[in-house]
Amino acid sequence: MSRLQHTFAELNKRGEAALIPFITAGDPSPQRTLDLIRTLAAAGADVIELGVPFSDPMADGPTIQAASERALAAGTTLKTVLDIVAQARRELQIPLVLMGYYNPVFRYGVECFARDAMAAGVDGLLLVDLPPEEMAEIKPMTDAVGLPLITLLAPTTPLERAKRLAAAAEGYIYYVSMTGVTGTQAVSPAAIRDAVVQLKTLAQVPVAVGFGITTAADVQAVAEFADAVVVGSALVRIIGEHGSDEGLLDKVAAFTGSLKQGCKK
Amino acid sequence: MSYEYPDARGHFGQYGGRYVAETLMPALLELEQAYVEVRNDPEFQKEVDYYLNHYVGRPSPLYFAERLTAELGGAKVYLKREDLNHTGAHKVNNTVGQILLARRMGKKKVIAETGAGQHGVATATVAALFGMECEIFMGTEDIRRQSLNVFRMKLLGAKVTGVTSGTATLKDAMNDALRHWVAHVRDTFYVIGTVAGPHPYPMMVRDFQAVIGIEAKEQILAAEGCLPDVAVACIGGGSNAIGLFYPFIGDSQVGLLGVEAAGLGIETGKHAASLGAGSPGVLHGNKTSLLQDADGQIQHAHSISAGLDYPGVGPEHAHLHDIKRACYVAVTDDEALAAFRKLTEIEGIIPALETAHAIAQVIKMAPSMSPDQIILVCLSGRGDKDINTVAQAMKVEL
Ligand SMILES: Cc1ncc(COP(=O)(O)O)c(C=O)c1O
Repeated sequence: MSRLQHTFAELNKRGEAALIPFITAGDPSPQRTLDLIRTLAAAGADVIELGVPFSDPMADGPTIQAASERALAAGTTLKTVLDIVAQARRELQIPLVLMGYYNPVFRYGVECFARDAMAAGVDGLLLVDLPPEEMAEIKPMTDAVGLPLITLLAPTTPLERAKRLAAAAEGYIYYVSMTGVTGTQAVSPAAIRDAVVQLKTLAQVPVAVGFGITTAADVQAVAEFADAVVVGSALVRIIGEHGSDEGLLDKVAAFTGSLKQGCKK
Repeated sequence: MSYEYPDARGHFGQYGGRYVAETLMPALLELEQAYVEVRNDPEFQKEVDYYLNHYVGRPSPLYFAERLTAELGGAKVYLKREDLNHTGAHKVNNTVGQILLARRMGKKKVIAETGAGQHGVATATVAALFGMECEIFMGTEDIRRQSLNVFRMKLLGAKVTGVTSGTATLKDAMNDALRHWVAHVRDTFYVIGTVAGPHPYPMMVRDFQAVIGIEAKEQILAAEGCLPDVAVACIGGGSNAIGLFYPFIGDSQVGLLGVEAAGLGIETGKHAASLGAGSPGVLHGNKTSLLQDADGQIQHAHSISAGLDYPGVGPEHAHLHDIKRACYVAVTDDEALAAFRKLTEIEGIIPALETAHAIAQVIKMAPSMSPDQIILVCLSGRGDKDINTVAQAMKVEL
């Protein structure tokens, strides 16, 4: 059983939804990211999504765009991100999923990347701009090393397409809770409930919901029907505001702890 | 030579494709289906032709540049006068086609990105013509250097949204237009201004711009009784170039030459030669040749002309480059400025700074060709919009 499967199985037994915080790797610095991973894990995160910074983050709103810029200014590369994962993996078992855009992976070389990512201890890969239509160009390489490719589904995905994608999904499904870029609108749990419940019947893997989830109350509302809840921009905003403060880790721990409360049913 | 691109999945060899977030995928599939339907619909083609003839003023003339030819002392130079189109550039050929498609699809709002502002003006113009709501995304750096076009767009009723991220130029305007589209995809049609973006845009924009080459071929045959030796066009995203080239791709005796912006010089790193000095990568929904660093981060482009200031290029050009059917060279800001002045002084035609890059290449190559050879150049737009930039470069206070 993979680390991801194990984590979801344990949570399932306890009747809890997974809390998946998203942070941008390298923001405000690679060293600080390692501290943040430790803090998130200790404060109740079940899986962590690490954003790979990209110069042109097309699917992200201003908050994560700014985080990406800070990480790049701090010299973060894809190789740096893999190093961060490898270091975290020496002491932590928490599943770490990389989320980003295709070009840095393409430039790195997909085959090398898949091998290096597995060796570092990466548990899944989510490439926002690599839809199923183009996935065939990397799937043989990720399959060869057993690296799950996380699939995105959106409110605009028609049912027939959702059925097909859900049946083929690996790791977990990431359901985008609103029609927009990250961090720009608030989630409406009532509006997505039916879609998520339906998706769960179509999929063999857990269904995570993300985009627009910012408060403990949002988490609680979504955790009622989803297998996992992703919180990104709200956390990244705290890092953006307090990146260089002494108190950053305490603030992140307190926020994460409050979010995790909402996951317990 | 058989040339059937893109394939069914929108690929031009290893380039092209649809590298977008899932939220947009259904919209792209819907757009592709709608476009495939109208592509073979004579009624739609008739409608496009009607507006191209009566509103845009097509066919545009093919003009023999007699004095430029004499001065250069080599090949005969013919100018395909896209500058004489309504709104002053080739961009309107594409916006007429796309807005008619948007209407068929029942969309009420259109958005567009723009660099030089020509595509923004062309989109705002057809939006006014058909009473549609229009929002244009434009980098604040370009808003500064193309203030005339910004005001034109506003007069036409468009909302102009300044984009401050990244370099605040065309690349960033396209990022924000895509972000806006993600959030409003259900009722909004995105009018992409060049042969870039995800499939079907590179194919669709090419098809709408191919009228340039189709007319030019007929006109040059009528004037000279033979095909040109070489067709030359400037390359931003590559829409005027592909429009000129496409109908000649099967005519292997016709050389195809694209001219990129070398900015301050390729060796300075401040240029926009995405083909000449780029490498394969994925940006704005397609795989193509890009200016990027070793980590796959997109680099800043530089050109004195806002319309060429883009770190990518249409995927079909990357493919034509790979298969060696077309050649690509680059000319500097200074060479373009000199060509701008030359064409103005001896033909009485003020070209856009983008277009001046193509003219600069003609000035370089014509003298070493023989007088019975023919160069066909796409005069993609007029230069009124660039007067401020040129004055500044010449250190003239207006
Ligand atoms: C007059 C003119 N020519 C050329 C271009 C470059 O675009 P493309 O390469 O798509 O023709 C522009 C873009 O703004 C333009 O305004």
